[in-house]
Amino acid sequence: MNNPYLPYPVRIDDIEIATEDKSLRTFKFVFLNEGDEEKFAYKAGQFAELSIPGVGEIPIGIASSPVEKGFVKFTVFKAGKVTSHLHNMKVGDIMGLRGPLGNWYPWDKLQGKNILIIGGGFAFTTLRSSIKFMLDPANRAKFGDIHMVYGARTPGMILYREELIEWEKRDDINIHLTIDREAPNWGYHVGMVPTVAEKVGPPGNDNTYAIACGPPIMIKFTLPVLEKLGYAKDHIILSLENRMKCGIGMCGRCNIGKELVCKDGPVFTLEELNRTPKEY
Amino acid sequence: MKIVKINKNKWAEGLDSLAGSYSLTGPVKEQGCHNFKKLNKGQLPDFDFLNTKLSSKSSVFPQSEAMIEYNLDETADNHHIMKEVKKDYSKRAVIGMRPCDAKAILLVKMNFDTPDYKDPYWLNAYNATTFVGLACDQPATTCFCTSTECGPYHEEGLDVLLSDAGDHYIAKALTQKGEELLACAKWTEAADSTVMEKKKKEAEGKIVSSVQTDQLKNKVTLDLYSAPFWDDIAFACINCGTCTFACPTCWCFDIQDEVKGNKGVRMKNWDTCMSPLFTLHTTGHNPRGEKTQRVRQRFMHKLKYFVDKYDKGIMCVGCGRCVRQCPVNIDIRGVCDKMNGYEPA
Repeated sequence: MNNPYLPYPVRIDDIEIATEDKSLRTFKFVFLNEGDEEKFAYKAGQFAELSIPGVGEIPIGIASSPVEKGFVKFTVFKAGKVTSHLHNMKVGDIMGLRGPLGNWYPWDKLQGKNILIIGGGFAFTTLRSSIKFMLDPANRAKFGDIHMVYGARTPGMILYREELIEWEKRDDINIHLTIDREAPNWGYHVGMVPTVAEKVGPPGNDNTYAIACGPPIMIKFTLPVLEKLGYAKDHIILSLENRMKCGIGMCGRCNIGKELVCKDGPVFTLEELNRTPKEY
Repeated sequence: MKIVKINKNKWAEGLDSLAGSYSLTGPVKEQGCHNFKKLNKGQLPDFDFLNTKLSSKSSVFPQSEAMIEYNLDETADNHHIMKEVKKDYSKRAVIGMRPCDAKAILLVKMNFDTPDYKDPYWLNAYNATTFVGLACDQPATTCFCTSTECGPYHEEGLDVLLSDAGDHYIAKALTQKGEELLACAKWTEAADSTVMEKKKKEAEGKIVSSVQTDQLKNKVTLDLYSAPFWDDIAFACINCGTCTFACPTCWCFDIQDEVKGNKGVRMKNWDTCMSPLFTLHTTGHNPRGEKTQRVRQRFMHKLKYFVDKYDKGIMCVGCGRCVRQCPVNIDIRGVCDKMNGYEPA
């Protein structure tokens, strides 16, 4: 019997400081055992349990993309026991990776559609995975127009900044970066994410979906904007977080009504969420 | 299936034969209450109880269980590589669990045995176990199993059902596993098959307490969730979690690493939705930070979310343990009827 609690052994291959305040680091893992990478086949929007023997496990969205091979990447905010320990680990250290877990953005349904991606702060990891996936030469033709609004407090808090600036130069994606307040040499938007989204977001219609990830306050102010732009509730896609342990729908703590965020989610449409208790 | 008669003077002898092939667990009286313990050689299960303090769910779902082990000594081979803890899953039998506890194990199985994932610890223990039930002829006043699709002679989840008939037990083999156990104990004397039916009717008639569940499925989740009665129900609750530990259908668990020196294990421990830590985020945000939210979660899970998710009735077998053991007398029967009868204004 396959043991879903048993992590794949991985080695930390690289650690990058992801933001100017050093509160986020991007960890690149490689699998120790041949064949494990194939077994870990994932889709953009899924998460995994980073598993540190002697410390514990933490559910984190997968920041690398299914089109990137040979490694998996996670960008982790230093917050609690496991993530603080992880921030002190070094390249070469051995730990575990359990997953992929949860559902993903509905890529089948999104085929041929226009997509508006809205991200805020460090909730940009699975969105980065998604954009990288859609921009891949093998996939780009499967989607319509792609718009992206992403904001952070300061330029130095924007994740994957160099990559975003590269994408900004492309003509097959509309990138809108924003920061909260003016900063020297900043050539992009200034203002909160919902405000920018209202200005630059494409109108909602049957062929256009919005995917939003960000802090609760951003989501709170973004939803009315999307409604104003004409997005139907089943065309607004969100990704939730809740405290998790097992990640496989068994331990019982992450439920919102009968749905388990770890297994039935983390991705839900606003229409689905409106039918469940708001326990997230 | 086969029905046999076990003279009580053959009982100890039969159990002794079983002990050669099975490791046996049964009710044992300790510190004034009965609980399921491993039976030592020659030790008989003590059947002088209405129901055990804790259910027999621990036979497949121990309160604490090591899942994974590792060595943190960086000079050792395979250090920091996590491995499954090897366990003995040889044959075992639980002797004398109540039919409600057996039905509960089937309800819990739906959580641990899913199309997507299977919990190997739970399932290996389950597959290794033969469940021998003891029918209830003297129910407690808090028993309401006949209204939870269960009953004092309910057979679901059992391999053998025993009924006490004075100087002998009547044993009904319900599965292949059950027949094997009876054969192993050399209990083969044929019994009158009508006696059990008669006793069953009598026993069911003694259960006077019940819950109404017929409308739960039709209710809208958010209507029940926002019903006005939750503060009243939760008012006296002290969030002690006794109900969840005593409940045979509560399956929630925690995962914790425990390290001593360089050796560590990852444990699976019973957890409780009554604890605010159960859902606390690292940020300090807590989706069920208030007592009322946690009490509502417990009842909504058992009586609504489970009903909607599996369409197999409620996640309660009517054993009455939570009713008897709640220090502030919160009674699931009243809550269930309230939910079943609720109409939003």
